[in-house]
Amino acid sequence: MKPKVVIAGGGAAGMAVALRLERLGVEPVIVEREERLGGKVRGWHKLFPTFTPAAEVLDPLVAQIGRRGIECRTGAAVEALSEHGVKLASGQTIEADAVVVATGFTLFDARRKEEYGYGIYDNVVTSADLERMMNEGAVRLADGSTPRRIALLHCVGSRDEKVCQRHCSKVCCITGVKQAIELKKMFPEADVFNFYMDIRMFGAGYEELYREAQQSYNIHFVRGRISEASPMINGRIQIKAEDTLTGRPLRMSIDMLVLLAGMRANDDNAALAASAGLALAPNGFMQSADPFLGAVRSPRRGIFYAGAVTAPKSLADTLAEASLTADAVMDYLNSVQR
Amino acid sequence: MSGLRFGYGINRPRAIDIDSNDLRKSNEILREMPELQTCIGCGSCTASCTAGNLTEFNFRRVHTLVRRGEYRSAYEEMNKCMLCGKCRLVCPRGINTRGVAMLIKRKLGDF
Repeated sequence: MKPKVVIAGGGAAGMAVALRLERLGVEPVIVEREERLGGKVRGWHKLFPTFTPAAEVLDPLVAQIGRRGIECRTGAAVEALSEHGVKLASGQTIEADAVVVATGFTLFDARRKEEYGYGIYDNVVTSADLERMMNEGAVRLADGSTPRRIALLHCVGSRDEKVCQRHCSKVCCITGVKQAIELKKMFPEADVFNFYMDIRMFGAGYEELYREAQQSYNIHFVRGRISEASPMINGRIQIKAEDTLTGRPLRMSIDMLVLLAGMRANDDNAALAASAGLALAPNGFMQSADPFLGAVRSPRRGIFYAGAVTAPKSLADTLAEASLTADAVMDYLNSVQR
Repeated sequence: MSGLRFGYGINRPRAIDIDSNDLRKSNEILREMPELQTCIGCGSCTASCTAGNLTEFNFRRVHTLVRRGEYRSAYEEMNKCMLCGKCRLVCPRGINTRGVAMLIKRKLGDF
């Protein structure tokens, strides 16, 4: 009989692990909280740094899950887990020989940074909203007009003790560069400003894209965190910051403010960790057994991690890690069967 | 009147106001030398600058202010530059900084 592995989370990480395990002779079962597979990537339009449509990555994964006949329990949330299986919110349990936690992350709620006016003023949107607007085919201001000046603010809900998010969300810098270029392509007449603290271009091709944004798209990068956004009588938004490279305060009116919302730990990580005797990192993400040789293992034998549940990760990192997770699961299954 | 000093005065606002600044010259400069926009603010130019080591001249700060439309005293500041080109030798982005200095002087000479 094939060993059975329950995978909590049907996003990119969970699907990639399931596909790999299935090929290695395991019977994977995906448990997904939403009604559809795909996770956060489903809401994305194009991927950095190549502007690859997100669907080009996601659709083949979903299609393969169907073709390989992998069992998926959608609309089912995992409430508790152990190395012997998971308990769903419905009370039902699924027994298994190993468990993979691939429940991902939660998008930072930009309303908590009240000074930026998200949810209060028109035309203050998050990076995720912008992707949705692009998916829907049109980026427009609330009154239907096109923006003439746009600001993107990095580190919203990242590196910020005021909202208990000390960590760097890693992918927002390059997302900000990507979205600035997309906005400039849509509105060539518009001025686009990125307000950043540090620019962290950690991946292959990222720094090159940053430079292209500066040189070929004339996107202005201002080093300084926007301190507040306020509405103007003409409906525009006034923003204030320090231009730290000149040491002077700076202000300007803009038509649209894009907040690059960070990745934060899921609220239910603590409950899941408590149910299985796992550990949380100080930032609330799941703590791996070891950052080098045990990055996909939990401290508990038989429970594994994949994707952004352990730390903010790019889609490329997540997909690469999925194979490692499947590999670690196979090692474990082989060791307990003999 | 200048002889009368009461010990107080009126300060100009220090904030850079992008709305009221005339960005035309700045845009012209960036159109002619778009590479200037790739500056990552490392300060290598200022660190290697002879003028900057002997006077208040800070090339990085001046060209950043010019890009924001703050032209006041930029021309006079740039006159401190001796066009030796050492900054160009060290710029990690390969910006022709000497060319930038000359371009700013050319564009802002009549400002």
